[in-house]
Amino acid sequence: MSVQAVLFDAPGPRARRRHLILTIVGTLLVLGILGVVVWQLNEKNQFEAFLWEPFTYPDTWTEYIIPGLVNTLRAAAVSIVFAMVFGVLFGMGRLSHVRPVRWVCGVIVEFFRSVPVLLMMIFTFFFYVRSLGMPGTTASFWAVVTGLTLYNGSVIAELVRSGVHQLPAGQGEAGLAVGLTEGQTLRIIKLPQALTAMLPALMSQLVVVLKDSALGTFITYPELISAARQLGSRYANILPAYVVAAVIFIVLNFLLTTVAARVERWISLRGHTAGAPTAAASNLVAGARAGAPGEFGTNVLDHVEEEIHEHRHHPRHPRDPGGADRT
Amino acid sequence: MFIRRLGAIGAVAALTFTMAACGSDDTTDTADGGDTGTGEDTGAGGDDGAMMDSLRIGIKFDQPGLGLREGDAYTGFDVQVAEYIAGQLGVDAANIEWVEAPSAQRETLLETDQVDLVVATYSITDERKERVSFAGPYFIAGQGLLVRADETEITGPDTLEGKVLCSVTGSTPAQRIADEYPGVQLQEYGTYSECLPALLSGQIDAITTDDTILAGYAAQDQYAGQLKLAGEPFSEERYGVGTQKGSELCQEVNAAIEAMIEEGAWEQAVQDTLGAADFTPGPGNPPEVVEDCA
Amino acid sequence: MIDILTEYDILGAFWKTIQLAFFSAIGSLVLGTILAVFRVSPVAVLRNIGASYVNITRNTPLTLILIFCSLALFGVLGYALAPRESPTYIVDNAFRWAVIGLSIYHAAFVCEALRSGVNTVPVGQAEAARAIGLTFGQSLSQVILPQAFRGAIAPLGSVLIALIKNTTVAAIISVPEAAALMRVIIENETGSLIVFFIFALGFVILTLPVGIGFTSLSRRLAVKR
Repeated sequence: MSVQAVLFDAPGPRARRRHLILTIVGTLLVLGILGVVVWQLNEKNQFEAFLWEPFTYPDTWTEYIIPGLVNTLRAAAVSIVFAMVFGVLFGMGRLSHVRPVRWVCGVIVEFFRSVPVLLMMIFTFFFYVRSLGMPGTTASFWAVVTGLTLYNGSVIAELVRSGVHQLPAGQGEAGLAVGLTEGQTLRIIKLPQALTAMLPALMSQLVVVLKDSALGTFITYPELISAARQLGSRYANILPAYVVAAVIFIVLNFLLTTVAARVERWISLRGHTAGAPTAAASNLVAGARAGAPGEFGTNVLDHVEEEIHEHRHHPRHPRDPGGADRT
Repeated sequence: MFIRRLGAIGAVAALTFTMAACGSDDTTDTADGGDTGTGEDTGAGGDDGAMMDSLRIGIKFDQPGLGLREGDAYTGFDVQVAEYIAGQLGVDAANIEWVEAPSAQRETLLETDQVDLVVATYSITDERKERVSFAGPYFIAGQGLLVRADETEITGPDTLEGKVLCSVTGSTPAQRIADEYPGVQLQEYGTYSECLPALLSGQIDAITTDDTILAGYAAQDQYAGQLKLAGEPFSEERYGVGTQKGSELCQEVNAAIEAMIEEGAWEQAVQDTLGAADFTPGPGNPPEVVEDCA
Repeated sequence: MIDILTEYDILGAFWKTIQLAFFSAIGSLVLGTILAVFRVSPVAVLRNIGASYVNITRNTPLTLILIFCSLALFGVLGYALAPRESPTYIVDNAFRWAVIGLSIYHAAFVCEALRSGVNTVPVGQAEAARAIGLTFGQSLSQVILPQAFRGAIAPLGSVLIALIKNTTVAAIISVPEAAALMRVIIENETGSLIVFFIFALGFVILTLPVGIGFTSLSRRLAVKR
C-alpha cells in the first residue's frame, strides 16, 4: 500500500464532481498553453514550409543529424567506459585499508564531483590544443570525454563505495573466514555483488552522460546540437533544427531510462544479490512501485527513488547504491 | 598530485587517441598529409613551383555566402577564392581537402600543419602575423549593420542609440560595439544564424559584424527581400589567406590573388555568392595585394 | 597570476553564479512542489501532466532548454523579462531567462526528490490523517508534505549542488557568470591550469558547505520513527 494510494478514498459524488472540474481545468490549461504557443509561433511564421521541409531531404539526415548523433553517442560511449574504470579504481581506493590511499582517492573524487563539467571541458580543451598540440576536433572530443569521465567516474566511485558498504557484513566476514585477505575479499566477494546491484544506476548515469555531452557544443565538438546549428545555418531554420535535436535527445534518454528500469526489475527478480537496490527502499517505496499502474511512465519513474536518494555526504545512508547524481 | 594526475590522464588520452586514429576515419587525414606532404615540402622549402596534387584548405563551414558546407559540396566567396588559388597552384578542385576552420582555431590549424591554407574571413592583424604568414588581402570588408528591409531609423553606427544589436559572443565586432557605442544594447548569441530569427521577429534591431558575412545571410533564398545592409562599413577588415609561417606557398598565393582580380574572376565570384543581397563591396575593393608574406 | 586576479572580476562572476543559483533554487522549489502535488493527486490528468513534465525536462539537455528560453521564448516570441527602456534591458533579460530555464529544468528533480520524500512517510500517517477525516488537501499539507520535506532534505541537497554547478551552462546564453569568464581568461592568458584551479576552487567552496549543511540538516530533521 503506498502513501499515494491512501491519501484519498474512492471519490464520492462531490469529490467526483470536483475531480471532473480539475480534470477539465487541467486539460484546458495544458491545451491552452500549447495553443497559445502554437498560435504565437505561427504568428511569427515558424511553421512555414521552408523551415521544416529540409527534414524531408535525405542529406539533412546523412550529412548533419546522423553524423552529429554518432559523435554524441561516441563521446558518451567512450566516456561511460572510462568513467566505469575510473569509478571502480577510485571506489576501491576509497575502500582501501591503507589510510593515505583512501584519503587521496577521497579528495580526488570529492573534487571532481564539485567542479562543473563545463569548466573541466573548457580547461581540458585549451590544454589539449595548446599544450599537447592536438587538432581542434580531436581536442574537443577528448575534452568532452575527459570532463564526462572525471565527473561521472567520481559519481560511480561513490556508487561502488556505497554499494559495497551496503552488503551484509556476513559477506565480508565469510570471505575473511575462508582465509581471503581484505583485498581479495573486496575484489572477489564484495565488488562483483556491488557492481551487479549498481547496473541500473550505471545505466541512468548513461542518461546523464548523454545529456552532458551536449555541453561539448560550447567547445566546438561537432555533436548533435552543433550539427543542428550547422543545419540551421544552411537552411535558415535554426529553431526547427534545435527542436529536432531536442526530440532526439528526449526519445533516446527515455528509451535508456526504460531499459534501465527493466534491468533493475530483472535484477531484483533474480533476487540473490545481497545488496540489491531494494534494500534501500522502505516498504513504502516498494509499495509505490506497485501502485498506480497505468500511470503514464510509471515504470520509467520507478527508478527515480534510487536516483534521488543518493547523497554525497551520506555514505552510510541506509538507502540504495543506485543513487546517481546528475547534472 | 592533481597536476600530475591531470597530466597523466591527458597523456593517456593522447596515447589512446593515437592508437585509435590508426583504425578510425581520421586515417584519411593523416594519410593524405603523409602521402602528399604538401605542407612539409613547401614549408621546408626550396623546390619552389613544384606542382602539387592536393591541398588542405581551412574554410568556414557555416557561413552562408562565404564558406558553407552543403552536404558534400562547399559554396561561398571564400570557397571560390580558395578554388581559384588552388587552380593557379595546379591543384584540381576535386583534390582540395576542405577542413573546418572555426575562428578561434585558425592559427592552430596552420601551426600544427593540419592545413596548408586558411581562407576563412581571416582578418590580417599584426598579432596574427606573428604566428601566420598572410597573403593578400583578397577582400576589404568592414563592420556593417544588417536590418529588416523596412527599417528606416538605422542608417549607420551613429543612429544606434538605445537600439538592440545582436552579435556573436565575445567576437571583435561585439567588443567594438560595446566599447565605442555604450548606448547600444548588445544581445550575444552563439552564432549569427541565431540572431536572424530574432531580427525578423523584431526582438532585435540589427545584427552587426563584417559586411560580407551579413551580405551572405541577406543573400540566402529564405531571407530574400526581408533584409538589407544599412549604412557604410565602419571599420576595415583586410581578409588575407593564411599560410604556415614562412611558407613558400605564400608568394604564389599572392600571385594567384592578383591574377584572380585581374582576370575578372574575383568580380564574378562576388556577384555569384553575395550579389543576391545587392551587395557592393566597400571602398578599397578590389584590393591591391600588398602583403609581403613576412 | 596577480594580474589575472586584478584584471578580471572573478568575484563578480561568482557573485553572478550565486545569484543565478539562489533565484533558480527558489524557482525550482516552488515549481517542483506544485508538480509533486500534481503527481500524487487523485486527478489522473494532473498526475499525467506532472509525469509528462518530468519525463520531458529530465531527458532534455539543459543546454537546449536554455537555448529555447533565450532564442525561442525571447528571441522569436518576444517575451522580454525586463523593461525595454532600461539601460540594462538585454543583460537583465538574459539573466532572468537563465533563472527561468534553470528553474524549469531542476523543478523536475525537485519534484522527484519530494515524491521520494512522500514515500518515506509511513502509510500509517496517511491512514491516520484520512481516518480523522482530513481531505486530500488537508492530509497532504498538514501531515504528509511537512514530513516529506524533511525526508527529502538529503536528495534536495543533491539537487541544489547540481543546480549550483549547472549555473555554468548559462554561459551558453551569454550570462557573464564564472564559466564564461574562465573561458575568456583562458583564451587570453597563459597559465590556464592555475586559472582552472581558481575557478574549480570557487565551486568547491560553494558546494561543500551546501553538502555538509544539508547532511547535518537531514540528520537533525529526520523524522524519528
